[in-house]
Amino acid sequence: MAMLDIDNLHAKIEGEDGKEILKGLSLKVNPGEVHAIMGPNGSGKSTLSYILAGKDDYEVTEGSVTLNGEDLLEMEIDERAAKGVFLAFQYPIEVPGVATMTFLRSALNAQRKKRGEEEISTPDFLRLVKEKAAGLGISQDMLKRGVNVGFSGGEKKRAEILQMAILEPKIAILDETDSGLDIDALKIVSEGVNALRSPERGMIVITHYQRLLNHIVPDFVHVMHKGRIVRSGGKELALELEANGYAEYQQDAA
Amino acid sequence: MPAVQETVEQVRSIDVDQYKYGFFTDIESEKAPKGLDEDTVRFISAKKGEPEWLLEWRLDAFRRWQTMPEPKWARVDYPPIPYQELYYYAAPKQKAGPKSIDEIDPEILATYEKLGIPLRERDALLGIESTGGEGSGRARVAVDAVFDSVSVATTFKEELAKAGVIFMPISEAVREHPELVKKYLGSVVPVTDNFFATLNSAVFSDGSFVYIPKGVRCPMELSTYFRINERNTGQFERTLIIADEGSYVSYLEGCTAPMRDENQLHAAVVELVALADAEIKYSTVQNWYPGDSEGKGGIFNFVTKRGDCRGDRSKISWTQVETGSAITWKYPSCILRGDESQGEFYSIAISNGRQQVDSGTKMIHLGKNTSSRIISKGIAAGRSDNTYRGLVSAHRKATNARNFTNCDSLLIGDQCGAHTVPYIESKNASAHFEHEATTSKISEDQLFYCRQRGLDPEEATALIVNGFVKDVLQQLPMEFAVEAQKLISVSLEGSVG
Repeated sequence: MAMLDIDNLHAKIEGEDGKEILKGLSLKVNPGEVHAIMGPNGSGKSTLSYILAGKDDYEVTEGSVTLNGEDLLEMEIDERAAKGVFLAFQYPIEVPGVATMTFLRSALNAQRKKRGEEEISTPDFLRLVKEKAAGLGISQDMLKRGVNVGFSGGEKKRAEILQMAILEPKIAILDETDSGLDIDALKIVSEGVNALRSPERGMIVITHYQRLLNHIVPDFVHVMHKGRIVRSGGKELALELEANGYAEYQQDAA
Repeated sequence: MPAVQETVEQVRSIDVDQYKYGFFTDIESEKAPKGLDEDTVRFISAKKGEPEWLLEWRLDAFRRWQTMPEPKWARVDYPPIPYQELYYYAAPKQKAGPKSIDEIDPEILATYEKLGIPLRERDALLGIESTGGEGSGRARVAVDAVFDSVSVATTFKEELAKAGVIFMPISEAVREHPELVKKYLGSVVPVTDNFFATLNSAVFSDGSFVYIPKGVRCPMELSTYFRINERNTGQFERTLIIADEGSYVSYLEGCTAPMRDENQLHAAVVELVALADAEIKYSTVQNWYPGDSEGKGGIFNFVTKRGDCRGDRSKISWTQVETGSAITWKYPSCILRGDESQGEFYSIAISNGRQQVDSGTKMIHLGKNTSSRIISKGIAAGRSDNTYRGLVSAHRKATNARNFTNCDSLLIGDQCGAHTVPYIESKNASAHFEHEATTSKISEDQLFYCRQRGLDPEEATALIVNGFVKDVLQQLPMEFAVEAQKLISVSLEGSVG
């Protein structure tokens, strides 16, 4: 049994005439594996990430998703987080007035409590943040600022990876983490992600471009188009896509 | 900040009954006969052993009050208040006034302990030793505890006296410092000011009196803790604070009441006088019983608070966290009389359930180069209504008056209302007034983001709201900021989903 098992997932935008976006998507992710999902704009990549995280705006009409055998779709958003689902947002949200440090600690302790674990002590927490932040080039000043408020594009993405490092998820979904990054920022973020690769953790890296995959080298590459995975392969598939573009798939579909 | 953790714990620990101060202390009390007439006023005055001038002052107010209509301009809706059905004086029964803490009824001491207010100085001192160090410790606070109509204890009086600070129940000050009381009482809020202030002038029973002598920086925070306990009893306290030239004082008041099905009236008057170069910082954490979710019961809070920056370069700063009361009608104001005087108003007003809040401030610029600052954060949840009402005015002679106003409203859910009613009057062309206002909702995206990180809907809301009010929380004395932060989350319990 895979850690994350997505089977024949169909989903539409919530509401009467909601458009169907996922049309029978299947994917298995095992611990230690990094899966890249590539595809043209509008293929449903971001929708998949939102549905896995539990966002309200979508309705699953068919299929199933399990995490370590448990029905993920039955769980509340925060319950999924406590079970180890982490989504690095394409556009991280601002929470004015709440220091990043405070946010991190509240989130970590909320998850720990849900799992029946002790809250982290202040010294342990400070040590943990200091260590992880240093690796991502995040300053103490940034940790004191409001969550994502006034952060540059690169800072936002680094802050997302910091959250991931602190929360230590079982399955991390990175939604277009490379968007809006220059080459230096991309390097820092990728190194941060690579440092979090582990035999216990699965990752889904969603990206439009092959560029990111030079830095975060995936074990598997999947091409998503019109709400399903139309082709899967090894890391070389990404290079092929880079050379030929998505035109082939778009023609197929037409 | 660990306070946020506590906030979250607090929210989690609460069950259905969210108002934790709603208990009633069973204690025998002595009351004035029900209703209000001249005899009631005489009864109260006699109970206090007041001099003739004060009785006359009260009677004057009472006669005036009878001719006044109740104001109806606020955006609040409530049934008529049965003034003749109320008790205007209730005091816990005891022999004479307590000479020391040991003479106070243990039931009352227990009540304050339950509320987390230390009345035994020894306890307060132990508090510092055990949690102190590294600046994080509990600050020493002198407390005046007012139970229904009378002050039951004032702590650290002797130590304050060494610094020349007078801090005592106002009824005691009338006897011991009549010259000060006579000079300043009613000098900021005149007897005829408004319906509720005039009522208070007639029947006020107790409250705190503070005098800080010239050049003295008050060595500790002063605090008054108001508790309404009796049924059908109005609370009419009167606070008078005078900061003489070049002095400084920080003062805090806290308020709670038992949960009752009927409404209770609270009509207080607070007068502040700051002489030249003096500064008064006045903070309020108001948590009167707000009524149940259907709007039954709760305190009617009609309060007149005003500060007079009487001397040049004086400064008065109001900070309030308003979470309780069924009806709040309250506009802590500053009269900027002295040249270069400064007024500040920082407010967090939270309404939930069926609560109605109409609150704000008035900044009256009279002197030259006066400046004022207003930061108001209104949060409406449930089916409540939350109105900011403010006046900024510059007198003809107020050359170079400056004001900055920022009013932000946050809506939680779609059945509540937030309203902003700013009035600006300028009779001097050099005045410079700025006004900013925003209204926002907690966005679905913010909630989703926080929940994706593991916070449940209530934890997420508490965190976002605490962020929203941060600018104001920072103005509160450290210890009370933590308290206020908890209170905010508790007030918003049940507002999500």
